[in-house]
Amino acid sequence: MTALLLRDLKLSVRAGGGALIGVLFFMTVVAVIPFGVGPDLNLLSRIGPAIVWIGALLAVLLGLDRLFQAERDDGSLDLMLMHENPLVLTVLVKCLAHWLATCLPLVIASPLLGLFMNMSEAAIGAVMLTLLVGSPALTFIGAAGAAVAVALPRGGLLVSILVLPLAIPVLIFGVSASYAAVEDPAPFLPPFLILIAITLFFAVIGPLAAAVALRHASD
Amino acid sequence: MRLTAESLAARRGEELIFTNVSFNLEDGGALVLTGPNGSGKSTLLRVIAGLLRPERGRLAVTGAAVETGARVGDLSHYLGHRNAMKQELTVAENLAFWKTFLSGSERTAGQDIEEAAEAVGLGDITHLPYGYLSAGQQRRFAMAKLLVAHRPIWLLDEPTAALDASADRMFAGLVENHLGRGGIVIAATHQPLGLEKADEMRMSGFAGVDQGAWG
Amino acid sequence: MSDNSLAITKLSDLANPTRFLALAARLIPWLACLTAVAFAVGLYLSFTTEGDYQQGETVRIMYVHVPAAWLSMMCYTVMAVSAIGTLVWRHPLADVSARCAAPLGAAFTLIALITGSLWGKPMWGTWWVWDARLTSVFILFLMYLGLIALNRSMDDPSKAARVGAVLILVGFVNIPIIKFSVEWWNTLHQPASVIRMDGPTIDAEFLRPLLVMAVAFTLLFFTLHIAAMRNEIWRRRVNAQRRLAARMAGREQ
Repeated sequence: MTALLLRDLKLSVRAGGGALIGVLFFMTVVAVIPFGVGPDLNLLSRIGPAIVWIGALLAVLLGLDRLFQAERDDGSLDLMLMHENPLVLTVLVKCLAHWLATCLPLVIASPLLGLFMNMSEAAIGAVMLTLLVGSPALTFIGAAGAAVAVALPRGGLLVSILVLPLAIPVLIFGVSASYAAVEDPAPFLPPFLILIAITLFFAVIGPLAAAVALRHASD
Repeated sequence: MRLTAESLAARRGEELIFTNVSFNLEDGGALVLTGPNGSGKSTLLRVIAGLLRPERGRLAVTGAAVETGARVGDLSHYLGHRNAMKQELTVAENLAFWKTFLSGSERTAGQDIEEAAEAVGLGDITHLPYGYLSAGQQRRFAMAKLLVAHRPIWLLDEPTAALDASADRMFAGLVENHLGRGGIVIAATHQPLGLEKADEMRMSGFAGVDQGAWG
Repeated sequence: MSDNSLAITKLSDLANPTRFLALAARLIPWLACLTAVAFAVGLYLSFTTEGDYQQGETVRIMYVHVPAAWLSMMCYTVMAVSAIGTLVWRHPLADVSARCAAPLGAAFTLIALITGSLWGKPMWGTWWVWDARLTSVFILFLMYLGLIALNRSMDDPSKAARVGAVLILVGFVNIPIIKFSVEWWNTLHQPASVIRMDGPTIDAEFLRPLLVMAVAFTLLFFTLHIAAMRNEIWRRRVNAQRRLAARMAGREQ
């Protein structure tokens, strides 16, 4: 399984890998927002956490459709389906590799964008922490969507449509935890703990659903 | 080890591709599937590999070294139309990945990557990215994948497409060698593989397929 | 020069990668030494001159910030010229040059952005504002990263070069926008004070280290650029050899 993890990481940084593109997309999306809403620093700092979260959500979805599609295109998926490793484990490892290669850079880049959004230090820290905890959930949900769409031509757009509604709870609690860290009356811990719970929940459900979908998609 | 199929039938989508396919293979047995395009050769191989669920029929593998209820797919190598190798990685990285991924924890005796590359006649270029190679060379390294992890059953779908005559002979040698060590080979092909004592099953497609030359 | 065949007599001789490698081998040590000397002098001057009576010590950030910002624009100009070379003359080194300049440009732009942000915090009370100058430089940074991603995602370097060249030339409109943004819009960022029609308005006390640092940064850019081009040529040669090796391996059979 470490072999699979290492292979996927290598693929993501080799030529044509998606690691850089995801971060770039993230930065571009967030950088476009001030042009839309105007350079009012107070407004930006108020909507900042939400913008950074939505940017991260879109950037995660961007690379997800290739998660299984690339394996299917060159036939590797058949061999993985045949193998006696529990398929769930294979999917889980692929999700982990995808998270390390695409989502972790987003988490690391998020403080920079927080500065652009004129967010306070506490808000930046909170967004980074919630992204760190919440983005695995996005990957796991996305894996299920990617597995469903694997057999479809032009699955890319469909993955986003399938996955976005499921990702809403993650967005809600991620953003509310970030706001709770800055605005006094709201407590930070409850939404943050719920976010952790969502991630753990999807860490089980996502790979399971993806494995079942892959078995039936293979044809 | 004995691989048995009893009156298999499979469908793809709504269509029934074949029905009533039976065979029985012992250690060292080879089965060559022939027939026109669309007669269900690839589908049968995918059914045996466990990638498709058979519509009817039973598929079982039995033997002293096989635990009861083992899936055929777990004991098989499947060489499909696509090579299952990544263009961006070097040949050695590709083979090393499949070696560890397929051998799992028990490290079933497979060959070294260099040995396997020698066996397919391309020993010196494992450091090159896979994408740099020609189609024939890529196919040969896909065959080397069969050697790096040991599996008793080989399922080969058009293995020698895109290969020249010398590579054909090389591959026939590999298959003979595998059979000699008690392996089982099922191959779907248009070209003769040059196997001496292989049985041949002619698939003619559609429902109500005849049992062919299989006895 | 002893090796006459490698002598560079006219500009077009540079098109030959072998000649370029020979030239680079001679130039790089000199350029590297000059860069080190210029930086030593520049940094010494930067830290020994007086601070500004208003800004205090933070004004020294300027000696890094301003040259880096100039270089970020110059680098894009070099890329644009290379892009014209690629499209018009199909100069083989032009595309190598454009490809190698992109990471350098991104680095200089990043330095300018970071130092600007560090300077902005004590001066303006915020790390970042969406002001015309800052925004256009940030867009420049994104364009550099986009070009790097484009170069990396294409297998065939010559094809990537032509597509990239078009993109570089389209993106060149950003350079005048950056340059004149402080004059066209009423911004927080101060207007140009060195390069202007009626002579520099900056005090000579600051101008001296600033110019030395600018020379040092320019030398640094050329050293790194030539070294990167050399590496890129070597990389392409290695790739060509590998493809050859793959072809030869089949023939032995």
